[in-house]
Amino acid sequence: MPVISTERLTKRYPGVTALESLSIDVGDGVTGLVGANGAGKSTLIKILLGLTGATSGGARVLGHDIDTEGLALRSRVGYMPEHDCLPGDVSATELVVHLARMSGLPTSAARERAADTLRHVGLYEERYRPIGGYSTGMKQRVKLAQALVHDPDVVFLDEPTNGLDPAGRDEMLALVRRIYTDFGISVLVTSHLLGELERICDNVVIIDGGTLLRSSSVADFTRSSAQLALEVVAEPATALAALRAAGLEVTRDGLLLLVELAGDETYDLVRDVVADHGLGLVRLEPRRHHIAEVFDEEATRVAR
Amino acid sequence: MSHADGSPTGVIHNIGYRGYDGERLTRRAITLGLYTHSLRGAFGLGRAARSKVVPIGMFVVLLLPAVVLAVVAVVGANMGQLDAPVVPYTRYAMIMQAALAIFVAVAAPQAVSLDLRFHSLPLYLARPLERVDYVRAKLAAMTTAVLILLAVPLVVLYLGSLAAGFDAGRESVDVAQALLGAVLFSAVLASLSVLIASFTSRRGFGIAAIVTVLALSYSIVSSLQGVVAFDADNSAAAGWIGLFSPMTLVDGVQVWAFGVTASTPAGPPSDLAGLVFLVVTLGVVALTYWALTRRYRKVKV
Repeated sequence: MPVISTERLTKRYPGVTALESLSIDVGDGVTGLVGANGAGKSTLIKILLGLTGATSGGARVLGHDIDTEGLALRSRVGYMPEHDCLPGDVSATELVVHLARMSGLPTSAARERAADTLRHVGLYEERYRPIGGYSTGMKQRVKLAQALVHDPDVVFLDEPTNGLDPAGRDEMLALVRRIYTDFGISVLVTSHLLGELERICDNVVIIDGGTLLRSSSVADFTRSSAQLALEVVAEPATALAALRAAGLEVTRDGLLLLVELAGDETYDLVRDVVADHGLGLVRLEPRRHHIAEVFDEEATRVAR
Repeated sequence: MSHADGSPTGVIHNIGYRGYDGERLTRRAITLGLYTHSLRGAFGLGRAARSKVVPIGMFVVLLLPAVVLAVVAVVGANMGQLDAPVVPYTRYAMIMQAALAIFVAVAAPQAVSLDLRFHSLPLYLARPLERVDYVRAKLAAMTTAVLILLAVPLVVLYLGSLAAGFDAGRESVDVAQALLGAVLFSAVLASLSVLIASFTSRRGFGIAAIVTVLALSYSIVSSLQGVVAFDADNSAAAGWIGLFSPMTLVDGVQVWAFGVTASTPAGPPSDLAGLVFLVVTLGVVALTYWALTRRYRKVKV
């Protein structure tokens, strides 16, 4: 059973179409929802939670229909909003305990889970101080904790790295990855930065202008391209000439030489050329794509 | 700050995650939880110390005169001077209305404006309760808070009367009437103040707006009543004017339903008028509830 499945989901605001007939299936694991600002990422999450209604179409989360089974759905889902949503005059502990109770946990369980969860997201003594004095990084952790405190089956994280510095970003991403690998909770995480999601996601859904651009596993995105990347000790120009003389199609990319891969025999040929000319092999590997490249290609194709 | 942002992630890893397979409460129980949380919040419990000053202060301000009056009743009765309370129970809310107004003006924005200001509503609405549950919990909590504020002094007055040896049967009926009136006062004050507070995310605006609406409407209505009743000698018209401020409205219901002394220059002039006062009182509560549910159906999250 897919964690999330939407069926021709459409959301129109006066003058703007946020989602246009979006049909996607999201399974277990960490799924990245990628798109530019205004692509409809937050709108999709809000519709899935029942915070806002869809204009047409339907969706199911964990098998619960968003229109008719909102309560059951929301008791098993965690939500980390994009924007600031924390009251400044209460402590993280008080807030998370309260919100755990609002998710249906009895008081004693709420206390225990809140303490556990705050520790898991990396908040210690400071959790007794009012949230108003927290740094952005600490606030993001509190937001994450309240989304996890009731042990949901899936969490929706809307731009969890927003406003964080590079170190904080890395920590947050590692935390997001652990939500699935260590906690066993599926994750739908949005970002407008592809590089981030590439590192932590199993699957990526790319939407643009409210429509689905592409949905597939990260492995598919970053599959091997039909090129070999070669780095040698010798001058790249010398090596380039030698390889071309051997009948290979070669282009140069800085220090790297990119050899068109015709088949397994290409590896042998490259090896022989390098050995014969004493070029000194440093590195020989199939070149991988980054999602960003695919995204750029597709985005420009759509733009046209 | 020893563990701030650079906290050792390896430590987290070692503790290990534990799931939760225990009981999960129903929507009704969760709403009840929000109600108790909001009720505590109305008195500043679970909030910073400065949030407690006004609510607890007003509680004391409302309670002290009742304590004094209870002592007066006991002493007066022992001296053979008194055989009934100095102040009728039903008049207590009207006499102490300034403190009541200050209390609701501070507590209502505390209950709803803060969630708007900090944009915390999505945190609630993404959980297993509906928007209308939020409205109900907040309204019920405010009503209860005002009722506590009013009922405790009434009970103190009543105990004073019993200790003074006044006619227990008569006192019990009187205090029961006053408590019924207190329920109406609480419902009207809570509904209006929560509705006003729900339109602003700024606590200061909420406080100012609620105090203005309550104090201004009362001073205009009561002075108009005075002019019409005494200068123009038209007590019927003066009675009708009472409809237009929350406090005089509920007082009118008490005057008509229980036949008690009016705290205003004139009460409802006839049984029909009294009935109108009651219908308007219930109408105000129903209408504000409806307006609040509409307000929260539309509030953006």
